[in-house]
Amino acid sequence: MTGAVTLGAVYRIEWQPGTDVLIGTCHCGAVHESEDPVEMWDWLLAHPIGHG
Amino acid sequence: MNPMTTEFVRNQWYVAAYGHEIGRELFARTILGEPLVFYRSEAGEIVALADRCVHRRYPLSQSRLEGDTIVCGYHGFTYDTGGACVFVPGQARIPRTARVPAYPVVERDSFVWVWIGDRDRADESLIPRAPWLADPRYTTVSGMEPLAARYLLLVDNLLDLSHETYLHGGYIGTPEVASTPITTEVDEDNRIVYVSRRMADAACPPFYAKSTGIEGRITRWQDIEYHPPCLYLLHSRVAPVGVLPDVDGADPHGFHVEVVYAITPETAHSTHDFWAVARDFALDDQEVSDFLRQSNHTVVLQDVEALDILERVIASEPDGYQELSINIDTGGLAARRMLRKMMTAAPEPVAAAT
Repeated sequence: MTGAVTLGAVYRIEWQPGTDVLIGTCHCGAVHESEDPVEMWDWLLAHPIGHG
Repeated sequence: MNPMTTEFVRNQWYVAAYGHEIGRELFARTILGEPLVFYRSEAGEIVALADRCVHRRYPLSQSRLEGDTIVCGYHGFTYDTGGACVFVPGQARIPRTARVPAYPVVERDSFVWVWIGDRDRADESLIPRAPWLADPRYTTVSGMEPLAARYLLLVDNLLDLSHETYLHGGYIGTPEVASTPITTEVDEDNRIVYVSRRMADAACPPFYAKSTGIEGRITRWQDIEYHPPCLYLLHSRVAPVGVLPDVDGADPHGFHVEVVYAITPETAHSTHDFWAVARDFALDDQEVSDFLRQSNHTVVLQDVEALDILERVIASEPDGYQELSINIDTGGLAARRMLRKMMTAAPEPVAAAT
């Protein structure tokens, strides 16, 4: 995102413009929607539970 | 655990001072609850020792330098640059335990970094970089404010810049900051939290209007890069609205400001708030330097006032207060979680990102 070199496991949360929706992407590729950042981090960090 | 419970992250590098603060005068500063004394040897190397004489605890910072040794101001115990006692009064035998801890120190990017933790784990390559601060292609203004608040409050503050709209209106805040969605990334292996806010069409706050000369609205990018626990970088880019970098990445029409904070706990309830603002324009313009120094100092003081209030609130509240977090807190939550993990787990060395 900033041009820095990232090598490891990266979690990404995008706040969809014009909405209250957060889109979370796990380093495994699983994607999750939420309107609560606490719930979103809980889901991401539960990997691989619930990540299909 | 209460997310605001303060524990220190040890076995890490922390900014203890600016290089220019350390000279041939003894200099005291407490880092993570450890009182330290700093000085520069006659060869110019920075020395950091525990600031307590092993004999009766007298602060060495209240003593005197004699060549490269410190002579305790109470009974004359004398220490070399490695902390070994080389003289005790009245007797020839120097007790084997007569020494004070010496701390690994590295001077880099205008900062003095000190390693707090197990000496044998101090690896210079782990120090995160802020190269703009010592780069002749940038002009930097800087300072340090003491904060009577736990360091986690400053982390929270800096990871969520939506507060600029409300706390720093008239300086760096405009309505668009709080209303623009953010993107958050966490790089687990390199231990970096990124928060990006890209404003395509925003009002230009005085901080940037007066320093760049831009009239009218701007495209404003705020890209945060937090290297917990200590170093926070805000890559700020402003340009007239719609002006973007070239496709090859060159950005001759953008104005770049690298805002650097070093967040160094002093005690469990106080923090050294180092701040620096480096710019790649108006390099020799003293008026711009004076303006940015004064403006950023004011902004820092606004944060200090708010965080000092919050510290008193938190210190006096009963257990179990339930905070509320919303979308703007996504990055701050990530930083808190990473710090908590570093506090509770034995940290393994990781490669510093460049």
